[in-house]
Amino acid sequence: MTFLKEVWTYIKDNLDMILIYTGQHLLMVLFGVAAALIVGTLLGILCNRYPKVAPIILSVANIIQIIPSLALLALLMLYFGLGFYTVVVALFLYSLLPIIRNTYVGLQQVDRSITEAGHGIGMTYFQLLTKVQLPLAMPFIMAGLRIAAVIAVGVATLAPFVGGDGLGREIFSGINSRNDIRIYVGAIPASILAIIADLSLGTIERRLKI
Amino acid sequence: MIRFANVSKKYNDGFQALKNIDLELESGKIHAIIGPSGCGKSTTMKLVNRLIKPTSGTVFINNDDISKIDPVQLRRKIGYVIQNIGLFPHMTIADNVAAVPRLLKWDEQKTQTKVNELLSMVHLDPSIYRDRKPRELSGGQQQRVGVIRALAAEPEIILMDEPFSALDPISREQLQNELVNVQEELKKTIVFVTHDMDEAIKIADNIVLMKDGEVIQVGSPDFILRHPANDFVKDFIGKDRLREQQEIPTVKEVMTDNPATAYPERGLAAALKLMEQRRVDSLIIVDQRRKLLGYTPILNVLGHYQDETKTLGDVMLPFTYTVEPDIPFTVALEYMSQHNLPYVPVVTGEQRFVGIITRGSMVRLMAEVFPIEEIFPNGEVV
Repeated sequence: MTFLKEVWTYIKDNLDMILIYTGQHLLMVLFGVAAALIVGTLLGILCNRYPKVAPIILSVANIIQIIPSLALLALLMLYFGLGFYTVVVALFLYSLLPIIRNTYVGLQQVDRSITEAGHGIGMTYFQLLTKVQLPLAMPFIMAGLRIAAVIAVGVATLAPFVGGDGLGREIFSGINSRNDIRIYVGAIPASILAIIADLSLGTIERRLKI
Repeated sequence: MIRFANVSKKYNDGFQALKNIDLELESGKIHAIIGPSGCGKSTTMKLVNRLIKPTSGTVFINNDDISKIDPVQLRRKIGYVIQNIGLFPHMTIADNVAAVPRLLKWDEQKTQTKVNELLSMVHLDPSIYRDRKPRELSGGQQQRVGVIRALAAEPEIILMDEPFSALDPISREQLQNELVNVQEELKKTIVFVTHDMDEAIKIADNIVLMKDGEVIQVGSPDFILRHPANDFVKDFIGKDRLREQQEIPTVKEVMTDNPATAYPERGLAAALKLMEQRRVDSLIIVDQRRKLLGYTPILNVLGHYQDETKTLGDVMLPFTYTVEPDIPFTVALEYMSQHNLPYVPVVTGEQRFVGIITRGSMVRLMAEVFPIEEIFPNGEVV
């Protein structure tokens, strides 16, 4: 009880800072995931269009996913230096695989007869993609986006290692000063962000199902 | 008119799908392309809208070489119906039907009018079905939508790739009937791929029979049934159908042409004697010019036998039903079973009597159509 009270007092006293951290956190996730959504969807479309490049693209994305997040951040720091954008690039790379894979699977599962019909009635490749295939693959793409966003919120807490901001700052200060209250104050909003992202994107995903 | 000139298709895996096809498909007709799987019927159809490119040879539509037309533009002018229906599941029924007009950038007002008109034509009330999604419809209704989607942009040519084969038998029958009705009004050039001979016979004006990438025979359903080109065609049509189609004999061929007749002036005693001689229980009454007057059953003769002044003319009964010699025999049978007649007289114009059809005639005919050797191959007659 006293512990909760302490957390609450801390939050009350440092609300401004926590809100700023949360905002920074959210911003990094948004930038990284949005970039991954654009690039990942395009790569997924490419995989579907050219079956020969699909294994190459998917393996590369897989390998990126395998690199431990801390190591990836460290490696990126060597090229991009310290700061916000290094984190964004890391989040972008981490989000690629679920989005590429889900876009690819989503496009693959569109019934062949539907694409044949679209083709047969005289749709161009682009019309077929935008009017038929992508709308039908949308629930899958959204599911990928959801996984990516949840992962990204977690990974973003490592930002302070490479000079980034966000809720990770609070956690690291807590670790350094052996203050468990600060660790919680950083971790709880991060978890809540992850849950909100999961629920809201999940709702959109269900809405998009036919 | 669609014309295939010396068209061959060899797939990348070396499979020779079509071998030098020469074929002309007349405008305004339903052409059924039929054959066993792998005969090249679908390939032939897909050449028309350039979903498949020929390896050699040329396909012409109204004398235009289609390889010189942009495939996307070409396809928008050709209706296309596929076996798996292929409606867009995320679009409403109205949007599905409107797909091609929208690709062609039709005026939206005109598109909507057309959509409603087509839905009504296939008995799907627009006010109910317009805004539904395909999955809310039965298979038969979905394929109706599939067919009208192909009709929406008023194409001259419609390609149908086994469109009804995935449907249940009742829906299939209904859709076949509707297609025939619609065609009567619209007079499109329809290329209809099927593997079902019954379907082809039912709907097609012209049947193209294919096997192993070659055209075996082309002709009207009637022509192919009557004159199958070879054993393959015979096998494909099936023995049963050939038998059905065997020319039904006319009344003239089956009738008994020398039944017991008598003039009306003949006395009853003489009539009885004649019946005894010919072993019959009634006499056909004709005049000198063999005009049919009626008949006298033996009971009428016996009933008035005591009255020596009576002649056959006094006791005869008129015929209610007669048949003409050139109608199919089955029509006469139909009469007999409907009205429960033991026999029916055959007359030409002006009631001239030429013979009768009896139940015996039918038995004789059956014996000819189904010879006894066929039923008892060893000659065992039990």
